[in-house]
Parts: sequence; structure tokens; C-alpha cells
Amino acid sequence: MAAGGTGQVFPRNIVAAAWGHDHERAGADRVDLNTVTEFAPATEATWRDGDAWLGGGTFLFSQPQPGVTRLLDLAAFDWSPVTEDADGVAIAATCTFAELARWRPSHAAFAPFAALAARCCHALLGSFKVHNVATVGGNLCLSLPAGPVTALASTMDGVVLLRGRGESRGMPAADFVTGDGRNALRPGELLTRLWLPAASLSARTAFRQLSLSPAGRSAVLVAGRRDRFADTVVTVTASTPRPVCLRFPAPPTPAEAVAALDAQRPEYLDDVHGNAAWRAAMTRRLIGEVLAELAS
Amino acid sequence: MRVNGSPADGEPRPGQCLRTFLREQGWFGVKKGCDAGDCGACTVHVDGVPVHSCVYPAARARGREVTTIEGLAAGQGPGAHPVQAAFLAAQGFQCGFCTPGMIMTAAVLSPEQRADLPRSLKGSICRCTGYGAIEDAVSGTARLIPNGGVPAPGEPAPPGTGPAGTTGSPAGQGLGAPAGPQIVTGAARFTLDLGPEPGGDAGGHLPPAPPLHLKLVRAPHAHAWIRSVDAAAALRVPGVVAVLTYADSPARKFSTARHHNPDDDPCDTLVLDRTVRFHGQRVAVVVAESVAAAEAGRALVRVDYEALPAVTSAAAALAPGAPQLHPGLAPGNVCASADRATGDLDAGFAAAGAVYQGTFRAQRVQHVALETHAAVGWLDSGGRLVLRTSTQVPFLTRDELARVFGLDRDRVRVIAKRVGGGFGGKQELLTEDVVALAVLRTGRPAQLEFTREEQFTATTTRHPVEVTVRLGAAGDGTLTAFALAVTADTGAYGNHGPGVMYHAVEEAVTAYRCPNKRVRARSVYTNTVPAGAFRGYGLSQTVFAVESAVDELAAALGLDPVEFRRRNLLREGDAPDNASGEPADVSTAGLGVIECLDLVEKALATGRGEVAPDGWLSGTGVAVALLDTIPPGGHPGRARVAERPDGGYAVYVGTAEFGNGTATVHRQLVADALGCAPADVLVVSSDTDRTGHDTGAYGSTGIVVAGTAAVRAARALADAIAARAASGAGAGAAVEKPLEADGFCDGLSRSVSAAAHGFRVAVCPGTGEVRILQSVQAVDAGTVLNPVQLRGQVEGGVAQALGAALFEEVRVSAAGVVTTRALREYHVPVLADLPRTEVLFCSGTADPYGPHGAKPMSEAPFNPVAPALANALRDATGVRFTSTPLRRDVVYTTLRERSSPGN
Ligand SMILES: Cc1cc2nc3c(=O)[nH]c(=O)nc-3n(C[C@H](O)[C@H](O)[C@H](O)COP(=O)(O)OP(=O)(O)OC[C@H]3O[C@@H](n4cnc5c(N)ncnc54)[C@H](O)[C@@H]3O)c2cc1C
Ligand code: FES
Ligand code: FES
Repeated sequence: MAAGGTGQVFPRNIVAAAWGHDHERAGADRVDLNTVTEFAPATEATWRDGDAWLGGGTFLFSQPQPGVTRLLDLAAFDWSPVTEDADGVAIAATCTFAELARWRPSHAAFAPFAALAARCCHALLGSFKVHNVATVGGNLCLSLPAGPVTALASTMDGVVLLRGRGESRGMPAADFVTGDGRNALRPGELLTRLWLPAASLSARTAFRQLSLSPAGRSAVLVAGRRDRFADTVVTVTASTPRPVCLRFPAPPTPAEAVAALDAQRPEYLDDVHGNAAWRAAMTRRLIGEVLAELAS
Repeated sequence: MRVNGSPADGEPRPGQCLRTFLREQGWFGVKKGCDAGDCGACTVHVDGVPVHSCVYPAARARGREVTTIEGLAAGQGPGAHPVQAAFLAAQGFQCGFCTPGMIMTAAVLSPEQRADLPRSLKGSICRCTGYGAIEDAVSGTARLIPNGGVPAPGEPAPPGTGPAGTTGSPAGQGLGAPAGPQIVTGAARFTLDLGPEPGGDAGGHLPPAPPLHLKLVRAPHAHAWIRSVDAAAALRVPGVVAVLTYADSPARKFSTARHHNPDDDPCDTLVLDRTVRFHGQRVAVVVAESVAAAEAGRALVRVDYEALPAVTSAAAALAPGAPQLHPGLAPGNVCASADRATGDLDAGFAAAGAVYQGTFRAQRVQHVALETHAAVGWLDSGGRLVLRTSTQVPFLTRDELARVFGLDRDRVRVIAKRVGGGFGGKQELLTEDVVALAVLRTGRPAQLEFTREEQFTATTTRHPVEVTVRLGAAGDGTLTAFALAVTADTGAYGNHGPGVMYHAVEEAVTAYRCPNKRVRARSVYTNTVPAGAFRGYGLSQTVFAVESAVDELAAALGLDPVEFRRRNLLREGDAPDNASGEPADVSTAGLGVIECLDLVEKALATGRGEVAPDGWLSGTGVAVALLDTIPPGGHPGRARVAERPDGGYAVYVGTAEFGNGTATVHRQLVADALGCAPADVLVVSSDTDRTGHDTGAYGSTGIVVAGTAAVRAARALADAIAARAASGAGAGAAVEKPLEADGFCDGLSRSVSAAAHGFRVAVCPGTGEVRILQSVQAVDAGTVLNPVQLRGQVEGGVAQALGAALFEEVRVSAAGVVTTRALREYHVPVLADLPRTEVLFCSGTADPYGPHGAKPMSEAPFNPVAPALANALRDATGVRFTSTPLRRDVVYTTLRERSSPGN
């Protein structure tokens, strides 16, 4: 497991339970969050223990959250979902999947990015009705291996902006997710937005995803980007606990890419979404397909 | 917040989801299938935007306009929305539990989304229909045919319409379900929809006061002894009314399985046991004024366990010196066993030109009825215990509750409202006993609703079964020896353990004629979640093995597998031989299995369907399955038909409607017997106060038994009406004293139904993906009473079977813990996963016993699917897959192992 997680917004077992790793609890429920006693606009509250930032709530309300006593509603910020200028695109944490998938850039050069963003949105297992509420920030902060925003942000060399109690900071999105349900957030820290640089947004992109069923939860997701100067970035998610980013100064051959992958010694997940051997093989296969598409 | 145009009453709680808030407000069309955003049953619109209301914070809907299914057609009249009308016209539902959510989803699809339904409906689960009828509904293709499918003069009959269909009688027509209009408007009442009936007073079907809520403390050990339970802290939680433990349990043991003959299942279960035998077993019950208080109390119940060594596989349970689950009752952990032989097996194998032996495994799967188990109980004004519960067997539940609690039968009433899917899972007493205990203890109404997680961890599953088949045949393809060894894992309790085991080695063995047969079977207790009744009742597992082995043997002899089957299958006039040597009580008159096989073979030969992508392997496979029309030993069914004071008739049937479509057919049968329009017949089902004892809805008996009883009652009523007319009493007298008549069927006369399935598949060796290019099932349902419903039943059975064949598996860890606890970990088929299946009917071989010659068809379609798929995969790849599910990762790794050098 890669190191680096300095903090988490929620106990790990809660996240893991959603995806089949922790089963020692018995008889938990998934209905109302009955420990929650207050629902407050995030603009008016200071974070304290027992608080949870509420993005869309599609995760928070799908699992028991025994430690949560107050929900801080991020909708209160009223951020505009996607803003763009010549330097790049900023996606608010509260931007929903539906808003991102619908978004069309006014800079024609960013069209390849918009296309990749839409494909990543559709990679979410949740339906279009989940897309209507689930947020980009929630997806990054949940930090599941199959988090499609994590894949998008890493491939685009995105930067996440984090606001803590006193200070704000930014960090590369590729480093933000540190493991299955783990990330670099410090307690109480808020992810405010994801910023993507113009250089990546006009790059040629490719996307491949596989799961055990045609519209199922991603077991392997490989996204790639080739810049004007032929720099190539390939990101592997869903088959590994955290994103694996492969960077090449010039387009690699499939063998070079696989060698670079193996050099990172990725650990492959082995669970109900696919066994490790298959995921390892499919990761290689999809890397090959992504490179071929980038080259074509 | 405004809901359907009116201001909501009160404010949501801070942590409340929109679904529970809306239901508290009486909008019962908002259903709960999972509480985790997976199934879509709870779909509503917030300011016109569709959301899953179970994962939508209710507080966020403040100041907004919420629309539920009840408000969809606002201003146009109930059910007037075009999508509601389309769901009726296509009969895009069976149990109807998913329907409000489906309609709310379909109603907002854009043209692009409609063009891509696999993606648009990936968050909308239906467990009953197999999506064919839903896809038709969404795309506006009607299934109900004008005039109910009766051909206009000179027109050909719709395919498969039996002789009755051409007579103009209502029996045989493709009529819609009587409850359809209520289902599509969200007005149909399921167990926990504690609101007024759409048709007025239902006669004591509602509790007199809001119920208390139950939450169950569940064991964190696979095997343990409870030293003590400390409920003091829980009892101090405001709102907690009682905590019940083993000390409160009636001492009488019972089985959660319900059968006509109570001795079919071992009495090994207590309402609350001091011994824990599986992880997740209930150990205490918290009764409180609210769900929140019950949960808070549950978190504070302290149980002191002494962990015991556990056995979590059949092999471990059978090992010498293994810990015993039910010492005294089941020595060696053997719940049931059978050993039978006919002829001379050794001689049979000696005479064989080829022999095949293989061991096959069929996994644990869950029913995933979209409505979870739930019950509400109360005492009526006469002090009688009343249970309103989601059950397939109201009468058997009543009888057992009376026995366990030491009450007279007539002091207990059991009512089933519409049941949101069963598939065998609700032939089981899993909630009613604790609810009864809470009601009797507190004197107050009480309710228990299982979560989706509890469905997975603590209800029942299909039995995981290991089967070794050994077959021998002469060079000409005649079977000479047939041996089957079956080990079923029944889990911690023996509910359906013996029955499933016996059934597993019944039709799978009788299907083939062979002079020398040997059958050994056993059902074994383990410290795992109990297995129970599941569609097919043991046969799907053994048919998978036998039909796979038959293909291998044919291949070994160089014979065509279909031809090999034709040569050896049971035929009309044969006496079925289950290797016991006892005379069969099953008639093979009208058995249409060969015709089913012919139909499938012909359909596959056309090569209809998709084309295999370049570079993929492709192949075809078939399999057949027989099913006796009624379980052995009788299945008494009762019905009453009465004149209604307002005109028309009412038929009261004891059996429950859980999406199997029996209510529709009962209405048709009664209308036929009385010569009235089907719409004049009101069907009232499953209330123990309304009819005499009825065994209930299992073993596919809703039409052959309950339908026969209904026909008999209707005919008796017709006679009585004729007699009254002859005696000169006029219509005026009828209004004062309506006539009624009873009908009974003992269910002792049985025959055999059949289904054959064919697949053409493509397999991608690079990814392991199995793509179904063509899927066809032919069924022998005798006379087809309702072609639209029959097609729906077959499509639904095939879909559920494909789920089990391709994806589904309840995983249990070595420590006995169920690790697949949510629908996203246990993938049931969505629209995107399924091919369209062609459904073909035999040409109307009438059954000697069923009403109008009909045979049942709710379980049989499930059974041939997995082996047909495995046979097609073998044909495509050369590899025999011996266990299910045939998931992509397994297919890929297996193919790789086989093709790598050294193998
Ligand atoms: C049917 C279904 C399918 C799903 N499929 C997938 C899938 O395929 N892949 C996947 O990754 N997820 C999946 N999810 C999980 C989840 O819905 C998504 O990850 C979603 O994007 C989370 O966003 P949200 O806004 O709803 O998060 P919320 O539930 O609001 O929040 C998620 C977590 O992040 C925290 N959080 C939210 N926003 C912020 C912020 N701005 N700063 C700091 N912390 C924050 C919350 O406190 C909470 O702990 C699925 C969920 C459902 C119901
Ligand atoms: S999606 Fe809400 S109940 Fe299943
Ligand atoms: S009709 Fe869809 S779940 Fe029953």
C-alpha cells in the first residue's frame, strides 16, 4: 500500500464496507442517518468533530455513518459548476456529474477534454439519476479505486485545491488519492475545486474501461493523453487501489508502457468486481488499446 | 416542500433521506428496494429532476416541488400519463414493486436516453420481468393484443395460443393483470404501505395505531453460546419499549420453511435461540417507538458470547470429529440423505461404449425480491393476533404461529397484501414470529422491515450444491448407466433442506430413461446463512450438472447432443423412474419435452440474432429441464366465488399473488366458467379470514391447484345461479342474498411440464466476455391460458437464471461471514446485461389435470439456462466449465490456463 495518507475525512472501515472489504459489523442499516442532529449550510458553520461535508450525499446516505452528527451542506456555497479561461478550467467541488457531462467549452481547443470528461462521468456505476446529484468533489474525496473523477483529474494533470481551517493549499490530483478510500485530506479540510491546465485540455485523449458486466462497476479504467509535444500520460485506476500514472516524454511502445507499469509494482485488487489476475491482464490490454488510439 | 402540488406536512429530520420522509407523508408509491441508490425503486422528481430518493437528503428538498408516481399524471387523471399507459399496454411489470420507479425514470428520458436504454436504465432493477416487457413499455410497443389475442376471422392465432384461445373464451386470452391500473399509479398496496386501500376498506387490513418498530441484534459469530444479554443501557434509551432475548422466546421449536406437511422440515429453530449457528443470526429484538430509537437501543445491547468452533463448508461439517450444529437431531451434521438404485449400475457401465464423469458446483444465490421481508402485527378488537406480511404462504404461516405461540388457529389471522417478489424466499417464516412476539409482549402494533443487507446476510439463499455425475451410453447413444451423487449445503438450519435435496434428485433423474440408475444425496448443516427454497427448488443445480454431462457424453460418442437427448429423454407414456423403484405418481400424458427441443433446434438453425464479432469464438448449446406440475404429497387449494351485491363476482383465493400472474388467470378462469366479462370478476387473495385453508403459492401451483379450485367454485356458483333461476327467484332476491360457492383441489394428480433452452454465444478470448447472440426458450405449459403473461414468466425466469449463470454469487468467507451485502456487490441483471429471449410455446398439448389443460410455468424456465450456456461455451471454446457463475474473469483465467503450454 502506498504511503502518504496523512488524514481521512471518515473512518476507513465505513468506506471499505461500501465495497466489500469490512464485514465484521453485523446488522447495520442503510436508511436514515439517525445520529445526525443538525443540517447546516457549510457557509455558516465551522468544522468540528462529527461533521461531514455534504456534496450530493449519494455516498453519505447509502451507508451507515455512525460517527456523523452534523451535515454541512456545500450547496450553500452556490459555486458555479465549471468556469474556464485561457489558462484552464476550474471545476467546483459541488459540480455534479450531470453538469460536467453536459458542459461544452467555449474554447474549441478544450473539446477533447470535454469528451473525456463525459466518458468518465458515464463510467460511474450509478445511474443518470445519481449523476444529477453526485459531485466531483464527493467522488474525489471518497477516493474509491473506481472513482472516475480521480481518473480524469490524474490524466489531465489536475490540481486539487484544499481549504483547511487556517490555510489553503493545492496539490496534484494524482497524489491526492493515496489508497482505497484514502486520501491526503486533513481532518476538516474541504476540497473546493479541481483545476485543470490548458495544456492538457487540448491534448488528444483516449479512454477504455472494463467491468464484469456491460454497464457494471469499473474493474479497470485506463485513460490517456498525448500533448502537442508528444508527451504521453496514461493513468490506470479501478484495478489498483490508487491511481497509477505513467509518463513518457515521447509515445511509448506497448512493451515500454507495460515495463513502466510493472516498475511501479502495482497491487491489483481482488474482489467481487474482478479477480486480480484478470485485472492485471486487462490493465495491460487496455493500456495497449489506449496507446494505439492515441497514436492513430 | 411541496409534494405533488400540496404542501408537505412538517419538516424532515436533519439526517433523513427523502424516501422515508415521503413515505411518512403517505406517498407509498415511493418504494424501497435497497436504500443505497442501486435499484431505482425510490425514484422521484425534485423540481423535475429525477433522483433516487433514498440517497437524497430530505432537507435539501425544502422549498422545492417533489413529484412521486402519485402526482405524475397531475391534472390528467390517474394513470393518464403516456408512460403509465404504455406500461399497462406492454404489461411492463409482474409483482409491480419496481414499477413506480421505472415509470418515474422512463417519464423523463430524453430521446437520446431512450435510444440507449441499457445505459439509461442501468440504475433501475426489476427482478421479475427480465426487462423485455419494460423495454417494450418504454419504447411504446404494446403486448396486450386488442380483443385479448383472439384472432379476427381469417387471421392466424398468435403463436402458442392454445385451443382455448381460439374459442373466444377469456381463458387463453392475453389479458392484463387486474391490479395493473393500481400498479402503474403507485396505488397498489404492499405490506408496509399502511394507507387506505384504493378500492375502499379492505376489512381490517390496517393496524389500529401506528406500529412500534423492531430492530434485530445480530450475532457476530458463526457459532457461539450466549452467556448473557445485558439490555439495561438499551432500555434507558428514550423510546425503547422492550428488549426481547432468548429468555422471552417460546420454547417450541419450528422450521422457518413452510410446507403442507409440517413434518417435511426438521424443527430446529427457536424464535430466539441461545445458541448462535450462523453469523448474522438474530439474538435479540429491540422494540421502540421509532426506527431511530430502536437503532440507538440496538447499539447498546451487550451480548456476552462464548465462541464455539464452526464449520463453514459441507466438507468440514462432514469431517470426523466436526463440531455439531444440532446434536441429537442431526448426527454428523447430516440434515437428510437418500440412497437409491435401480437395475445394475456396474453392468450398465460395463455395457457402455463411452463413460463421462464430472463434478459440478452451483453457487449460493439470493432471490433479491425487490421488496424485502416485512411484517406488521397487531391485536384486533377481539384480541386476535393479526399479521400483515410479505409471504407466499399465509395459511401455513398462520398455522405455525398458532403452534409456536400456543394459540388456537382461529386466534391468528394472516394477511398478505401484494407481494413484491418471492421466488421461494417468502415460503419462509422469517419476520412474522418476532413481530408476533413483540405484539404479544407489548400489546401494541409492531412492524419489522428487513434492510437489503439483512436480506443478504440473514434470510435464505439457493442451496450451494456439489454434484458428481457419471453417465454411460452404448455406441448407438442409448444410456446404459446413470449415477448421481449430490451434496447440498443447507446452512445453519434445515429449512427446505430435505425437500430441496429430494427434489434435486427427482426430475433431473427421471428426465432420462435408463435401466440402471444410482442416486446418493445428502444435505449438510454448516455454520452459514441458511439455504432455503429458491425457484427450481434444487433442480437448477442438478440439471446444470446432468445437462452438462449429457453433452460431454454425446461428444465422446461423436453424436449430436440434441439427437442424443431425443434418443434418451422421457416420453409420453413412460413411467418416470427416480431410481427408488417405487411406482411414480406422475403422469407423462401430454409431455412435450421433445417438441420443446425441436423448436429450440429449429430456432438456432436459423442463425437469427447477432453476429459474432471478428476474432471471437462462437458456439451453440442446448439443455432441457422437466418439472413435475405439483410437489408430491398433495397441495390442498381452496377458493370461493361469490356474487357481489353491486353486480359481478368476487373470487377469494387463498394463494398469494407475488408477480407470478395467477390473479390474472384466476379472473379469466372464473369469467370463463360464469360466462361473464373478466372485468366483472374481482380477485381477492390471501387473507386467512376469507377462505378455508389453502397451502399457498409455491411449487408453481398458483394455476394448476388454486386455479382448479377457482374453476370448481365458479362452476358450483354457476350451477347455484341456474338453480335459483329455475326456482323462479328473481334478480331482486340476488341483491338481498348473494350466492356463493366453494371450490377445492387436493393437488394430488400431477404430470410433467418441460422447458428447453438454446443459446448461440460469442466468447472474447482476450477479455473473457461471453456475449449472447441468440437466446431461445421453448416451453410446454400445456394449454396456454394467457400468452402475454406466460411469455413474461419465461422471460423473467430466463433473466434470473442468466444472473445466476453469469454474475451472481453470495460469497461467504472462511469465517462464515457473508461478504456480498449490497446490490453493488451482488450484481443482479440490469437491462444492459440481457439478450432478448425468443419464447416459443408447444402446440397446445393439453395437460390431463390442469384447468383447461394448463401446466405451471413459473419455475421451469429457470432450470435449463445455466447448462445451455455452459454447453454453448464448451462448443465455442472446447473448455467445459463446471461451476457457475461464468464471470468474465473466471472465463478468461480458465481459458488462459487451458491454452498455456504444459496443460
Ligand atoms: C448506485 C451508486 C453507484 C456508485 N458508483 C460509484 C462508482 O462507480 N465509482 C465511485 O467512485 N463511486 C460510486 N458511488 C459512490 C458515490 O456516489 C460517488 O463516488 C459520488 O461521486 C460521491 O459524490 P457525492 O457528492 O454524492 O458524495 P457525498 O456522499 O456527499 O460525499 C462523499 C464523501 O466525501 C466527503 N466530501 C464530499 N464533498 C467533499 C468536499 N468538497 N471536500 C471534502 N470532503 C467532501 C463527504 O463528507 C463524504 O465523506 C456510487 C454510489 C451509488 C449510490
Ligand atoms: S435506489 Fe433507492 S431504494 Fe433502491
Ligand atoms: S415487477 Fe419489477 S421487480 Fe417485480
